[in-house]
Amino acid sequence: MTKHPVNLKVNGDEHDLLIEPRKTLLAVLRDTIGLTGTKEGCSTGDCGACTVIVDGKAVTSCMVLGVTASGKEITTIEGLASGGELHPIQQAFIDTGGYQCGFCTPGFIMASKALVDENPNRTEEEFRFALGGNICRCTGYTKILEAVLQAAEEIRTNS
Amino acid sequence: MKNFEFFEPTTLPEASRLFAQEHAQLLAGGTDLVIGMKANTETPQTVISLQKIPGLDGISTDANNNVTIGAMTKVREVELSEDIQKYHTALAEGALEIGSIQIRNLATIGGNIAHASPAADTVAGLLVADAQVDIASADGGHTVPINELFTGPGQTVLKQGEIITQFRLPNPASGSHYIKHKIREVMDLAFIGVASAVNLENGAITDAKIGLAAVAPTPIRATEAENLLKGKEITPELIEQVGEAAAAATSPISDLRCSAEHRREMVNVLTKRTLQRALDRANK
Repeated sequence: MTKHPVNLKVNGDEHDLLIEPRKTLLAVLRDTIGLTGTKEGCSTGDCGACTVIVDGKAVTSCMVLGVTASGKEITTIEGLASGGELHPIQQAFIDTGGYQCGFCTPGFIMASKALVDENPNRTEEEFRFALGGNICRCTGYTKILEAVLQAAEEIRTNS
Repeated sequence: MKNFEFFEPTTLPEASRLFAQEHAQLLAGGTDLVIGMKANTETPQTVISLQKIPGLDGISTDANNNVTIGAMTKVREVELSEDIQKYHTALAEGALEIGSIQIRNLATIGGNIAHASPAADTVAGLLVADAQVDIASADGGHTVPINELFTGPGQTVLKQGEIITQFRLPNPASGSHYIKHKIREVMDLAFIGVASAVNLENGAITDAKIGLAAVAPTPIRATEAENLLKGKEITPELIEQVGEAAAAATSPISDLRCSAEHRREMVNVLTKRTLQRALDRANK
């Protein structure tokens, strides 16, 4: 089958790749580019572990064919920190202990980032509903929600 | 995932020509197709992405408040559109019920309908909006009313090569409401879905529509229940009759989600509830 040339802009870096159309964006990020921070959980879109941000929107990268992401701007968990400084959301997850085994954490952080970028004024109930597509198998939801609320408050204060 | 040839046409005729081949599938948001291909329940030899065809996405409203929704419009855009929230509330509420935000950022309204699941969350809202489905094909195109689109679970009147391009919603409702009967708050499939929409003039109902999902081989309108309402003033007795008539219109199955009896009973309950809420909204 024909491989297709794609241009992916991941965390600001351009990648010109030749990929099989059956490769998901998740597989391209992890196996081709080597960014393994994005996790594969259920691989059916139900768990949110593979969440990345594409053109400003959080999406489950296991449901996206890599060829269809050509030309788009992709942010993964590796792209959040800048100049050695963690993003406020990453710091908040550390401060509150919003992770246990850590497997769901990149997906939760990327989903949360898109949410606070869109609207940091959500209520606790609204954040809880909006994060419904992310599952924590350790069930550490209380601390995760604390982290998101702390980050949202910090982002509100600083904006 | 099995391999396949991938095409990204930039015009509808080109897409239609490619899609007319055997074992070809259209790719819209991918939230059903990609998962199906991973599970080998979908094994297309050719996949045609609609993403690069201009003009297939977006929501517009004309001077008479007729709303048009492009087939490639993301479900999340439908959910957040102020015009759809205002004129077709049941549809916005249905869009909100699909998957998670991450999925709604990918999934398209055209894909949700073309996939033809009897439980699709946007379908009841489109039924009560009397949506007209515009379809492109090699010989030009045609229009099918949404209540004539489905022929069975996963089946539509669409022929190979035909592509849904947009949904036209001609009659804004005075009030509408959708309820999805489910267990989980998010990431669940509908046990049943019920939408009601009403138009009121001087307190009397001039038009009423009831759309039901996951209670028959295809999504359906409960037309006998609707007819009980037309021209009437609302009374508690009338609402009871409408609920019963809606339940009588169904032919549900029992499956792993719930029994046929439960589905039928809940159609009665949720028809009354959505109707009351639609009336409350119309009276505001």
